[in-house]
Amino acid sequence: MTQTSTPSTRLDTDDFLVVENLTVEFPTPDGPVRAVNDLSYSVGLGQTLGIVGESGSGKSVSSMAVLGLHDMQRTKITGSIRVGGQEIIGLDESGMRKIRGNSAAMIFQDALAALHPFYRVGAQLAEAYVVHHPSASKRDARRKAIEMLDRVGIPQPDKRVDDFPHQFSGGMRQRAMIAMGLINDPSLLIADEPTTALDVTVQAQILDLLQDLQREFNSAVIIITHDLGVVAEMADEVLVMYAGRCVEYGACKELLTHPEMPYTWGLLSSIPDVTADTNARLIPIPGNPPSLLDPPSGCSFHPRCAHTDKVPGALCATTLPELLPGGRGTSHLKRCHLANPDEVFAREVLAEIAPDMVEETSDDRA
Amino acid sequence: MTERDATRDELVPEEQTTLEPEPVLVPEVPSFDKLAEQANTATELDLSRGSVLEVDNLKMYFPVKSGGLIRRKIGDVQAVDGISFEVQHGGSLGLVGESGCGKSTTGRLITRLYTPTGGRILFEDKDMAEMSNRELKPMRRQVQMIFQDPYTSLNPRHTVGSIIGAPLEVHKVVPKDKILPRVQELLEVVGLNPEHYNRYPNEFSGGQRQRIGIARALTLNPRLLVADEPVSALDVSIQAQVINLLQDIQKEFDVAFLFIAHDLAVVRHFCPEIAVMYLGKIVEIGDRDSIYGNAHHPYTQALLSAVPDIKQAAIGGRRERIRLQGDVPSPINPPSGCRFRTRCPIAQEICAKHEPPLLQIGKRHKVACHFPGPIGHHPDTPVTAPLLGTDAYGSPDPGATPSPAITNKPGYDDTWFDLDAKTLGRA
Amino acid sequence: MFAYIVKRLLAGLVVVVLISMAVFALFWFGPESPARPVCESKTGGKCTEERLANFEESLGYNNPIYEEYGKYVKGVFVGRELTVGTQKIDCDAPCLGYSFKNNTLVWDDLVKRMPATVSVAAGGAFLYLALGIPIGVAAARRRGSLTDKVLVSTFLVVSSVPYYLFALLAWIYCTLVFEIPVLGSSGYTPFTDNPWKWATGLLLPWLCLGLFGCTQYTRYTRGAMVEALSEDYIRTAKAKGLPASTVVYRHGLRSALVPVVTVFGIDLGVLLAGTIFTEKIFEIQGIGLWGLNAVGAKDLQVVAATALFGAVVMVVSNLLVDLVYSVLDPRVRLS
Repeated sequence: MTQTSTPSTRLDTDDFLVVENLTVEFPTPDGPVRAVNDLSYSVGLGQTLGIVGESGSGKSVSSMAVLGLHDMQRTKITGSIRVGGQEIIGLDESGMRKIRGNSAAMIFQDALAALHPFYRVGAQLAEAYVVHHPSASKRDARRKAIEMLDRVGIPQPDKRVDDFPHQFSGGMRQRAMIAMGLINDPSLLIADEPTTALDVTVQAQILDLLQDLQREFNSAVIIITHDLGVVAEMADEVLVMYAGRCVEYGACKELLTHPEMPYTWGLLSSIPDVTADTNARLIPIPGNPPSLLDPPSGCSFHPRCAHTDKVPGALCATTLPELLPGGRGTSHLKRCHLANPDEVFAREVLAEIAPDMVEETSDDRA
Repeated sequence: MTERDATRDELVPEEQTTLEPEPVLVPEVPSFDKLAEQANTATELDLSRGSVLEVDNLKMYFPVKSGGLIRRKIGDVQAVDGISFEVQHGGSLGLVGESGCGKSTTGRLITRLYTPTGGRILFEDKDMAEMSNRELKPMRRQVQMIFQDPYTSLNPRHTVGSIIGAPLEVHKVVPKDKILPRVQELLEVVGLNPEHYNRYPNEFSGGQRQRIGIARALTLNPRLLVADEPVSALDVSIQAQVINLLQDIQKEFDVAFLFIAHDLAVVRHFCPEIAVMYLGKIVEIGDRDSIYGNAHHPYTQALLSAVPDIKQAAIGGRRERIRLQGDVPSPINPPSGCRFRTRCPIAQEICAKHEPPLLQIGKRHKVACHFPGPIGHHPDTPVTAPLLGTDAYGSPDPGATPSPAITNKPGYDDTWFDLDAKTLGRA
Repeated sequence: MFAYIVKRLLAGLVVVVLISMAVFALFWFGPESPARPVCESKTGGKCTEERLANFEESLGYNNPIYEEYGKYVKGVFVGRELTVGTQKIDCDAPCLGYSFKNNTLVWDDLVKRMPATVSVAAGGAFLYLALGIPIGVAAARRRGSLTDKVLVSTFLVVSSVPYYLFALLAWIYCTLVFEIPVLGSSGYTPFTDNPWKWATGLLLPWLCLGLFGCTQYTRYTRGAMVEALSEDYIRTAKAKGLPASTVVYRHGLRSALVPVVTVFGIDLGVLLAGTIFTEKIFEIQGIGLWGLNAVGAKDLQVVAATALFGAVVMVVSNLLVDLVYSVLDPRVRLS
């Protein structure tokens, strides 16, 4: 395993996006909600970070902060976000606009809702181009739009450029969305649940496309998803979020084979696998995600955690664990009090959810 | 507040809409081994009791009208076009396929929310396909539906008690004063607090609402539940709770499931038998091992290869994908012959001329393809040509006669087409 | 598209015919003989039973209703000859009958009064949008702020005052109390006579209609904008790096206009059918005032004509709304 590659805080100068101690707070009628709490990560060019979490985990909120898409009057953001070396927290609106869609772009889930229903696809692409290329003529912008539609695999792009979004199929709309995101050749692309509403074969097409494009453009990519499968296929590094905090962070393969946080275990055990042993159990995470208005004391996950009995005292309920390296090197961080998570996972969890994997893993460890 | 705010959606988890978070009836989290003990493994196939539902050549065409002054019928959307299958007593059949393949329409036909254009729906040997609403009333007690969306499928103005109890009143199965105890019993079965019968749906989270939907479906002790994407609107951690609940219910109440879903992994876990649909047709049907371990239809293979595989990716790299080109064609004007041929990586001339019959190729395995075979081992010549009475290009072969063995009936025969010998009759 | 318009017009025609039938039947079967007001008026209040019978006979009220309705319809399309007292009057198509009160042909009156009503309606409707939409957008952009709250509550107060009171007070204060120049001299002068006087005379009615009506439009626009601004595609537009004004107007307002247009079409129809209070208070001889007076005088032919006119205007404005709708929203297919 790559134990020496990067220090735990990963502050390489190569990293195009560096997020440090990001906290995002919204006032609500019922009191302030801290949607993102002390989050740090970084992504280098050509790298893909997968952010995994359920609804309310803060995964989308944190990446919207990177583009400054929150209503600044209503949102309290602290910490540091550096895009290509430029600090964007506290940056004014016009400075922010120069980054949005230009060096950092975002694509959203449900392209039908995310594209304007009243404007032609080509016009929406051209608009994204022109805003960052003020000298470009209408014809240039249209040509660029057709070129991008062609690049993302839309057949007959010179004709389809004049279609409205509702005339596209779901997969084509998502392709158009990606084309729009990439039209200014951004160095950072944030894809928020890019395949959630799509059928599996279309999802596979889109994921393949994203990977091809990343190779071609050498951009830093963040994929936000609730689907560990998507992360497993796409990401170099994975960040697991729960209740606004990072609870586990590490290289993708490492994190999926040796997860050290019971929430990650829960995610793995609660989704069946198409190739799983039929003796594998589908073990749910009990209870419901916590309310951010009244977050649990100590570790946010402790009210749903089935492993608190292995931690002495009431530590889980009283003390928030630090995000620290576990037993598997400095690049694999986890926020958990368990002393020997790797062992617990292999002995207890894996035996239930993937009996056929126990052998392989113990070989690996030996 | 009607405004939908992106940040609000994200930051207000379902629980915040509840006035008082409703605890699931597990006040304390059990230790992991207990939790694992309560969880279920994949459901096994039990053939001993025969089928509860037989669907025979079921069709549903929706007319398409023209614009203009006089609206003529100009065609049909062939949403479901001649499908046949069985569901075992207390078993579960999974119906998978991409959007627009007709799987949801099939569910609505079985529950008779639609009246089929043709075919038979034999529930315990009674044909529901052409029953009038009055004849259907007693049948509706036996066949219930669980919907996808726990937010819109419950009437927000009714208490949970009246939602769950409504079928009891409509069908007058129990005296009025027995309704409440039954409602409370059902709430307990689905893991909700029985004291909360007088609360409204908005006081519950998404997962809890889906439990209410399940309780409502169970009210009349049905023999068959049609579950249309019952977990796809739920958070990952909640999905497993609901699937386990459905498995427990299946065992405890001996109820059969027609389980409609697009998530192939969930279907694999829940259903020992699976039918794969494409554009209104069943392209492959069989038991779990046949479909997931030994798929012979290129569409099934493409679907399976498209599912992200955590385990594979975790160990290293990912499986080679079969990339399907383009989109699903319109069901108004489906391709001639085999409907999958326009996107099929192995299509040949015959595929445009003849629709492949759903041919039994194993004990519990049928496939509708002229070139059935495991990935990379599809035959070069159409195995179906002699059965259809054609040559390898689909042109009529004067020397051959169509085989009487080609039928479209539900269930499986004791003899089937041997792909190695290319002859019928192997048991 | 063409087939759709034809279909809608045919459907509209059916509506108009049904309304005309209903109006016709209401008078015919009313508690009082429809000939009585004519008789009273023509005889100077000395309408005896015998005279009434004569009038009923000459006005055709002794014939079967379908026969008379047939004559009425024929008059609308090809014209007819009317018997008024002892004289015969040629009434060319479109013949809507004869006003015994004014001793004129109804259609002629309608044509004469239309410009006044159209003038009032056009100015009022313009102000609905010209004031309502920008204020609504501004409120939506600052929703929850003090400005928004003040605007919303002020408009709520204004719109809870009855309109006739609002207009009457405006007229009293502008004309009688303060004698404000321009505003104080309201009245209708045909545009062709003197455009300046036309505009100044209508200024106060326009402002009254506009200020009162725009409160509604502010509310619609604000609501539609708040919804539009929370759509996913607004977030997309922001993420592209577009300036806030482009995001709000090109992406937000474009969608928010759709529901506003729907309401506007109907309101325009209502205005064109006659603004009764406005015309009454400002003494403008438009269709509304005409109809109002006709009701008072039981001048049935005029009442029927205003009802019919209102129906036609509503049918046409509804069709226009749908057409505009399909232009605004490319997803709408007319069929």
